Amino acid sequence: MENLQLPPKPEKSLFKKTRALIILLLVLALYVWTFVTIDIDWGRAIERSINNFHRVIPKLFSPDWAAAGEVGEAMLETIFIAFAGSLMAAILAVPLAFLAAQNMMGGKVTSTIGKWILSAIRAFPDLILAILFVVAVGPNAFAGVLAIAIGSTGMLGKMFSEIIESIDMEVVQAMEANGANKIQILFYGVIPQITPEFLSYAIYRFEVDIRASSILGIVGAGGIGTMIIFASSNRNWNEMGMILFGIIIVVTVIDFASARIRRKIV
Amino acid sequence: MIEFKNVGLVYPNGTEGLKNINVKINDGEFVVIVGLSGAGKSTFIRSINRLVTPTSGSLQVDGEDILKYKGKNLRKLRTKVGMIFQNYNLVKRSNVFKNVLAGRLGHTGTLRSIFNLYSKEDKALAYNNLKRVNIDEKIYNRADELSGGQQQRVSIARVLTQKPNYILADEPVASLDPPTSHQVMTYLRKINKEDNITTIVNLHFIDMAMEYADRIIGMRAGEVVFDGPVSEVTEKTFEEIYGRAIREDDLRGGAEE
Amino acid sequence: MTKNNSLTQKSIPLYPAKTKMQVTIIFLVILGFYLFSMIRTQEDMVGGISGALGNMYVVIEKFFPPNFTILSAIWDSMLETIKMAIIATTIAAIITVPLAVLSAQNITTFKPLYYLTRTFLNLLRTIPDLVLAVIFVGLFGVGVFPGILALTVFSLGILAKLISETIESVDMNPLEAMRASGGNVFQVIWYSLVPQVAPQFTSLVLYVFEINVRASVVLGMVGAGGIGLVLNQQIKFYNYPNAMTIIIVIFVTVLIIEYISNKLREALL
Ligand SMILES: Nc1ncnc2c1ncn2[C@@H]1O[C@H](COP(=O)(O)OP(=O)(O)O)[C@@H](O)[C@H]1O
Ligand SMILES: [Mg+2]
Repeated sequence: MENLQLPPKPEKSLFKKTRALIILLLVLALYVWTFVTIDIDWGRAIERSINNFHRVIPKLFSPDWAAAGEVGEAMLETIFIAFAGSLMAAILAVPLAFLAAQNMMGGKVTSTIGKWILSAIRAFPDLILAILFVVAVGPNAFAGVLAIAIGSTGMLGKMFSEIIESIDMEVVQAMEANGANKIQILFYGVIPQITPEFLSYAIYRFEVDIRASSILGIVGAGGIGTMIIFASSNRNWNEMGMILFGIIIVVTVIDFASARIRRKIV
Repeated sequence: MIEFKNVGLVYPNGTEGLKNINVKINDGEFVVIVGLSGAGKSTFIRSINRLVTPTSGSLQVDGEDILKYKGKNLRKLRTKVGMIFQNYNLVKRSNVFKNVLAGRLGHTGTLRSIFNLYSKEDKALAYNNLKRVNIDEKIYNRADELSGGQQQRVSIARVLTQKPNYILADEPVASLDPPTSHQVMTYLRKINKEDNITTIVNLHFIDMAMEYADRIIGMRAGEVVFDGPVSEVTEKTFEEIYGRAIREDDLRGGAEE
Repeated sequence: MTKNNSLTQKSIPLYPAKTKMQVTIIFLVILGFYLFSMIRTQEDMVGGISGALGNMYVVIEKFFPPNFTILSAIWDSMLETIKMAIIATTIAAIITVPLAVLSAQNITTFKPLYYLTRTFLNLLRTIPDLVLAVIFVGLFGVGVFPGILALTVFSLGILAKLISETIESVDMNPLEAMRASGGNVFQVIWYSLVPQVAPQFTSLVLYVFEINVRASVVLGMVGAGGIGLVLNQQIKFYNYPNAMTIIIVIFVTVLIIEYISNKLREALL
């Protein structure tokens, strides 16, 4: 064991080394720029928090039960918005997903177009869609439904198209060999393979949409968000505590139920 | 020296993994443990480095009862007892060298190892061990780019880098083809003889047990039902250990290779 | 689901009667709840759905053409939004590590600790970003600071959950090997867990960064800094062409960020 020898140095190409170095420098520069130019008024933040802490935090933990009824109603409206929106999205997403999936409509061109449409829809934050729909249909819950429907179509369409791309194409080929036509293949070869996962994702999306629709109220699109804005501008933190409590309960229950249903489906 | 004295092990679900085991393994021996699947071979071997903990009796390694070991003592025991696994247990995304150096973890301080500050000696040792199992040219390949046999050789190099006094190998060739199996067993045997490392190997192939072992321990249903030198073992012995006639799939074959 | 009905004509049913019955009931319940939701959400709408949808062109008329002359004025706010997202994502990524490990069942074998962390994270994830923002604005006054805090807390819940799931799906074999060779807890985690989780970790952090850029629109609306603040002002003054410009800027920014992070992700995995 005396003549132990050190291993050769790893060979790394100059290209890889410089690339790693450049990326490192870029990231470093990004962070320096961020932290140097960010405009935080520490003095005021600290002063305010000392003044406000006892006015806000303890009250959040003693919810205003008198507001329970109103919160319940607003939460119900939130659920309605999320439900109607997700269901619409689940339906709208199906044709788009078939368009975007590479193994369905044929051509790479249609698939690319479909994918572009979906990713363009996804680039609109829900709230911006809500702003547009509030202008179109007025400040009401239905604007929220439309915002959720369009916003979720982007994400669901993407998920659905990935599911379609992952199906077992041998089944489809076997049916083609049997002389089945396109519609028959769709109903007997494709749909049975994708239905459980489609449902599972749609239900999951409903979970996400409950959260999403609880904020649309800031721009007048209905739901609990309206109450959040009122409570905050009135500095009514007891009521905010009640709202928070309502949201936590509803979201937890729906997450739990949705997880169980999804486990049963798949 | 390893000594099992009336060792028993009951799993939390009530399964008896080991029943009143009394076995003494001397330094430098090459012991092969045979038995059907579920006989308790893994439980036996894993008791020695305390990956499982026997529930009764005493188990001594180098004269000390290891069953009470905790924390630092336990880690010290484990640096002394190396282990080789059926599935190689390498970090697939890390390169071969890093995998082998991991054998030094027990000897290296936490901070040093986290910042990859291994001494020159450690690095040289790791490289030398890769050479011993003839895999040094793959030193900077990712582990998942290697074949099964190559990965098992890397895991042997990792164990050697640990500088153990004992090596435990739990079905080291069960995932390999016959020629590769023999190659791996030959390395284990060679290391056992050259470095005088006590080696305990679980196998369920009769022919390989006969070819490589000094001593064979037969297990059935958590008990040791045979213990003796290879010279005393016949086909009949295996039939007794297995409790049935010998079949084709009890043999690995391919010894000519 | 409806396809079951078209199959009923066949003499031998493809699905047992019970399944058919169940599916029909579920279908009717969903449909009923949907109709009810539609009616309830349209109650306050003047002119009914057809009138409202006919108004769609109003949007176009009001918002177009966008007023691009304000581009230079909103640029700083957009950058501020990005900076807020960078800081929040970074802080969340750091705090996530211990939380994700503690809420991964395969690593944290001490059950009470696992359940405690998991419950805490689940609770955290139920709180909408808007609520976090108004609370922090209430505490610290308007500005970027409450916005960063809100984003941090918001992304922490999401990130820790996703990463703990990644940790739960790793190959446990190398961990056993490291333990068997005498490594302590930190060494085992660093040598066999980190290399397995690192690529997915980076990818998820990028994903959360994208979420944070989007979420900061919400924050601005309640005074927590960034582009949302400017958007809110323009909408309050019914200055729709200006608002449209801001919307387009956000849209393009989100697309660019998504593109960059997809490229980075491909390079990593
Ligand atoms: N973690 C465990 N919990 C409960 N029972 C176990 C556990 N590990 C092994 N056993 C049981 O203990 C017995 C011996 O198993 P093992 O030592 O793995 O046998 P072998 O390695 O010879 O196949 C088997 O009946 C097995 O089912
Ligand atoms: Mg075994």
